Amino acid sequence: MAEEVILLDYWASMFGMRTRIALEEKGVKYEYREEDLSNKSSLLLEMNPIHKKIPVLIHNGKPICESIVQVEYIDQVWPGTNPILPSDPYQRAQARFWSDYIDKKTSGPCKGLHRETGKKQEAAKMEFIEVLKTLDSELGDKSFFGGNEFGLVDIAFIGFYSWFRTYEVIANFSIVAEYPKLIAWAERCLKRESVAKVLPDSDKVLKSVSDYRKKILGIN
Amino acid sequence: MVTGDVKLIGSWASVFVMRARIALNLKSISYEFLQETYGTKSELLLKSNPVHKKMPVLIHADKPVCESNIIVQYIDEAWSSYGPSILPSQPYDRAIARFWAAYVDDKWFIALRSILTARGEEEKKAAIAEVEERTDHLEKAFIDCSNGKPFFNGDHIGYLDIALGSFLGWWRVVELDANHILLDETKTPSLFKWAERFCNDPAVKPLMPETTKLAEFARKLFPKPQA
Repeated sequence: MAEEVILLDYWASMFGMRTRIALEEKGVKYEYREEDLSNKSSLLLEMNPIHKKIPVLIHNGKPICESIVQVEYIDQVWPGTNPILPSDPYQRAQARFWSDYIDKKTSGPCKGLHRETGKKQEAAKMEFIEVLKTLDSELGDKSFFGGNEFGLVDIAFIGFYSWFRTYEVIANFSIVAEYPKLIAWAERCLKRESVAKVLPDSDKVLKSVSDYRKKILGIN
Repeated sequence: MVTGDVKLIGSWASVFVMRARIALNLKSISYEFLQETYGTKSELLLKSNPVHKKMPVLIHADKPVCESNIIVQYIDEAWSSYGPSILPSQPYDRAIARFWAAYVDDKWFIALRSILTARGEEEKKAAIAEVEERTDHLEKAFIDCSNGKPFFNGDHIGYLDIALGSFLGWWRVVELDANHILLDETKTPSLFKWAERFCNDPAVKPLMPETTKLAEFARKLFPKPQA
């Protein structure tokens, strides 16, 4: 039976990027469908009735929601190429812990950086800096978060790299200068075909967010 | 696979700790239970979970594993040849179980807890309505996942049963506190019957705290504002 893989997504979503990278890593052919988040498609609402969010992976008509769940699913369904999770149970637990950490600790600050101003944005910025510090320390001198191999935690975090310039500009702080190890890690990830193909241009993200902030928040 | 010594840092009252203990019981793993003292955090806890500083922490051959659902998956994988599988074997079923377990923590539990922290009748009513709506989603999830079998995982309790079932003690405590049924035999009949089966499972029964003892502890954790 022919495989049918559809991804409902938004080009700038760091969560959608995870799923796209996983599919690319495995060489899976898929149909990418861009969602207008202000006018969600009936397919999206039907396939993710609980959260009504992207990304939604639809494999042979069956929906899988939540980006890390999707990445683990992809790794299990297409195990042959480029394993995403390590085989050792302890290493797997560590990979899951850190991708869970990224999800738990970035959602609040990223929303705040994107949509807030003044003190609220400042607070979000400080929270995001804590995450960067912790991940920088966890990465240490390793090539990737899991060691020598590109894997789950790298996939979980690399999408945020395309938002670094945006955060630097809208919240007036430096990431590139302050976290050289993380930047070196990101550039290492970008050498992979999957990441280079999936990550949007940082300036494009910045323009989109700046336009949004101008329109909704009246900021220039 | 090296079977080193197994320790679990936790508390009798914690839902999240119970998940790890149920999983260990399912695999018949003996472990040393290190009960944390309420109000303080032991040095071992802080050293083993420096990022979140929370229980449970599983320490296996001196290596710590943190976050309850991650610990349950670790137990399933590290002792894969012991006892039944905790995670479903099929990738799609596994994805569904993970999705709903995340929903339990991120949406359902948050609503349940907000009943205990509600200030005033209006807030409490709104919190109760939210829990009822989310429990209804879980009823449908149960029907879909169980496929006519007794548990979310099929014939035996598994990942999603553990994720939601561990809340049953607190679920009863919140019902008493709110003076409102939150697991209704007529509204969510499948979940209602599942709850009884879950609590009677031999891996669960010795761990489920007694409601009165838990309610007393809840009063310490969620003191009511003075009138």
